[in-house]
Amino acid sequence: MSDASPKNGFNVVGTSPIRPDGLDKVTGRAQFADDFHLPNMLHGKILRSPHAHARIVSIDTSAAEALPGVRAVVTGADFPAVRHELLNLGTAGVLNIREMSENCMAKDKVLYDGHAVAAVAADNPHDAELAMNLIKVEYELLPPVMNVRAAMADDAPVVHENFHPGGFIAPTEKYLPNASRVQLGNGDPEQGFAEADLVLEREYTAETIHQGYIESHVTTVTWDSNDYVTVWTATQGQFALRDHLADIIQVPISNINVVPLEIGGGFGGKERLYIDPVAAFLSKKSQCPVKIAMRRDEVFRATGPSSGTFIKLKFGVKRDGTLTAAHLHMAYEAGAYAGGPLFLGIMSATSRYNIPNIHIDGFDVIVNKPTMRPYRAPGAPQALFAVEQMIDELAHELGMDPIDFRMQNLMRTGDRLVPGFPLAPIDTEKMMETVKAHPHYQAPLEGANRGRGLAYSIWFNIGEISSARMQVNPDGSVTLATASPDLSGTRISLAMQAAEALGIDVEQVSPTVSDTQSIGFSLPSVGSRTTYSTGAIVCEVAQEILKQMCERAALLWETDAADVSVEHGVFSNKTEPGQSITFNELAARMFETGGPISHHRTGHTQSFIPGTAVHLVDVEVDPDTGKVDILRYTIFQDVGKAVHPDYVEGQMQGAAVQGIGMALNEEYFYDDEGRLKNASLLDYRLPTSLDVPMLETVVLETPNPAHPFGVRGCGEISIAPPPAAIANAIHDAVGVRLNSMPMAPHKVCAAVNAAKPAKAA
Amino acid sequence: MKDFQYLAPRKLDEAAALMDAHGGSAQLLAGGTDLLIFMRNGRKSPDVIIDAKKIPELTRLQLDDEQLTIGAAVSCRTVWEHPEISERFPALTDAATLIGGIQIQGRATFGGNLCNAAPSADTVPPVIVYGATAHIVSSRGERQAPVEEICTGPGSTSLAADEILVSLTVPRPRANSGAAFLRFIPRNEMDIAVANAAARVDLDEAGETFESARIAIGAVAPVPLFVEAAGAALSGKPVNDESIAEAARIARDAATPINDMRGTIEHRKQLVEVLTARALRRAIARAGGGTRGQT
Repeated sequence: MSDASPKNGFNVVGTSPIRPDGLDKVTGRAQFADDFHLPNMLHGKILRSPHAHARIVSIDTSAAEALPGVRAVVTGADFPAVRHELLNLGTAGVLNIREMSENCMAKDKVLYDGHAVAAVAADNPHDAELAMNLIKVEYELLPPVMNVRAAMADDAPVVHENFHPGGFIAPTEKYLPNASRVQLGNGDPEQGFAEADLVLEREYTAETIHQGYIESHVTTVTWDSNDYVTVWTATQGQFALRDHLADIIQVPISNINVVPLEIGGGFGGKERLYIDPVAAFLSKKSQCPVKIAMRRDEVFRATGPSSGTFIKLKFGVKRDGTLTAAHLHMAYEAGAYAGGPLFLGIMSATSRYNIPNIHIDGFDVIVNKPTMRPYRAPGAPQALFAVEQMIDELAHELGMDPIDFRMQNLMRTGDRLVPGFPLAPIDTEKMMETVKAHPHYQAPLEGANRGRGLAYSIWFNIGEISSARMQVNPDGSVTLATASPDLSGTRISLAMQAAEALGIDVEQVSPTVSDTQSIGFSLPSVGSRTTYSTGAIVCEVAQEILKQMCERAALLWETDAADVSVEHGVFSNKTEPGQSITFNELAARMFETGGPISHHRTGHTQSFIPGTAVHLVDVEVDPDTGKVDILRYTIFQDVGKAVHPDYVEGQMQGAAVQGIGMALNEEYFYDDEGRLKNASLLDYRLPTSLDVPMLETVVLETPNPAHPFGVRGCGEISIAPPPAAIANAIHDAVGVRLNSMPMAPHKVCAAVNAAKPAKAA
Repeated sequence: MKDFQYLAPRKLDEAAALMDAHGGSAQLLAGGTDLLIFMRNGRKSPDVIIDAKKIPELTRLQLDDEQLTIGAAVSCRTVWEHPEISERFPALTDAATLIGGIQIQGRATFGGNLCNAAPSADTVPPVIVYGATAHIVSSRGERQAPVEEICTGPGSTSLAADEILVSLTVPRPRANSGAAFLRFIPRNEMDIAVANAAARVDLDEAGETFESARIAIGAVAPVPLFVEAAGAALSGKPVNDESIAEAARIARDAATPINDMRGTIEHRKQLVEVLTARALRRAIARAGGGTRGQT
């Protein structure tokens, strides 16, 4: 619903105009990466390892090369040794370029089912596939390690002879042959547990999950005779892709142009390159453009999913409900190479409660699965599945209302987070009070096998570097370019912020996403940062545009620029009452006043901006089959300021749907040899439209002081609470705790059956 | 996908001759909802595809006073859209409306589902409990077989390489008869059965006693399983919870499921018992009997 009336002093922000890319997307005209074609374009196919862990003894590509229509074949031998193994990213840690290259194409060893070992480019996809199947690879099989506990066991097979710990914000040390360790803490946990009246210890596991974006990875690359390389693809970050590609294919960064096309979902899974270097080398060899399009099974087997975990908790609490101590053992899969989402899991585990004595022992564990990559609030759903169940269980044991218990231990603005810095301004108390007063929380829940549960999350926006360029045109229209790929309607949310700041209609602003040669550097569209961080930079650019336009008006009026004021798109001469000119009129006169009006800025914004969310859910459990049906679901989320309320609601609901999917059914299912058995949308079991009810949304708006309109990024947080909220609701319904995610029907059934004799006794 | 030849005969004898000529390298194509996927993922790579959908005998759907004839290439949607079939054979509609989504139901066929021989095939337990007969043709002649004898293992059937499944004939149920099919999937749509069960009951006029019953279960054995003993146990028994529970227990004991990505042994055995009992209750209700047994 569009609401055009101004609210709280806003004219554009807070309304819901239609996004500029919407119509083409629903009519099928939008250009996604697979819609892109070039003359003489070849088609590449990648041969992938059927083994989880093996040494490559030999690769024979002769039969493939001899097949008519085949133009190039590449293997790991075509990937040059990297010039610098480790790239220092400052606060973001370290990036291992060698491992990134070998993840795109294996050299000596394959480390997971689906690891690329060779690739073919041919005149058509059919010939490429035939040729691919003619490549002979001899493997020497090695024993695979398939989960964190197996990888951390004494006699575990070693995946890497040597590895560098992944890049985390806190100090990380190599700890075991397959694991690195991060430790954080405050106070004296031993003393804290001694002060506790009740101490609970619990273990929780979660399986590997995938983002499940609709569009698979597709890229088209040309490598021309001057070593200029152009990439057309769907990516969350064209600059990250460019820089990583330059390191792997070893051409100057300035020779590479990455053109981001429409993206069919990313959720964190499209901020890393997989097939682009392969297409680049195939293009270099064949001297033709090369397109590679992953099939769905390749996406599941060989792109970055999110970690399976093993989390062991010990929490202590006083009888009055005050948390005294916590110990968290958090082991997260890193996949084939070190550096999974562990640290973000740690950050999200308890960063909403004040626990005076706490120790967090984190492990980043190498296993024979694809390299783990971010997935919407990376690491948080797994951490909350453990901690929010523990909190619920403690409240239950103490006989306290779950909200009152959380209120008693609630972290507020300025309270110290585990890594030491204070929580940036947000109203956590209002969130709790809103939930408690809501009709859903107050409504009685009747009927057998029905239960209610909730979970609470704080999740942080990344700020850092964004770029924007604005150009005022003589017809009064404004071209807005940013370097932030649009995953979720950010073109309109950025255009709205530009229009608000300029005091013009949003229809006057045409937003685009630029390639790497047309705009300054930006971090990818990750970490709930685009509407917040890029939005703040857009507002800064708008201020500069208005400043330039005030100078133009001053020229026309032969006065000082300081005498010109602007409000709602009208410039006025403060010294000459009645003398004014509209934005459009002034734009039309730009060539009389000095020429084009434009500004480009690459700027920096603050990180660790908190957002809060509580999810409240009613379920009904069929104790005979283990099926969990969701009866009612309410999402409470503090978004700072909802720039586009309809799309904010869409983000809240979309994230919750993904959280519900991982709560109930989604998981990677490997056989004993480490082969992925459910690499299809049929058997991976993403939720369908019939698996989720209407998701009610309650939007809270506590302004973010780091953004001119108070915006907080809202895209990620609501994926985190669903598994814990549903687990707590299942407990309320049938009295059993599910400590293993997904809470698939067979697990619910087994838990209910196991509880039966105890009930009878 | 390997290159292949596509043939679309318009007569049954032509099709039989082609099957004879190409032997094991030919595949009949009905809806293609399994075959095309197998060809893409390399599980099947036929040299010749023979389209069944232009052959009149295979596309016939006919209900007369005696029986229902479902051509092997008739889509699920054509079956469930037929109002009298839905009324007389509700267990067929239960299954036909569950398979895939609307687009899949418009392509997928009862014949293809049977010949694909997946243990989880949703239309097979219903045709088993209705006592259907498979009509089979080859250049060597014609034969008939009870439908429960077609599947012999996952992906394999008792049909010879040159044989064509032409149709299934299903006798019209008598009065005081009811049937139902249920499956369990973790999602609410678009999934493969973890377990399924079909039941048909023939009650006495009062609706208080089972005269006969047939029960078939799926996804819990190498083939969709006709559990004759479970139905036989109901003969002459009163329609009550105890009889239902006993038949469901027999069905559970007949199940020999495996652990795989779609389910566990323990869960599948429990599900088959639960689904059998629930399908029986629904079948009894549809037969207009047994107030104590109704869901």
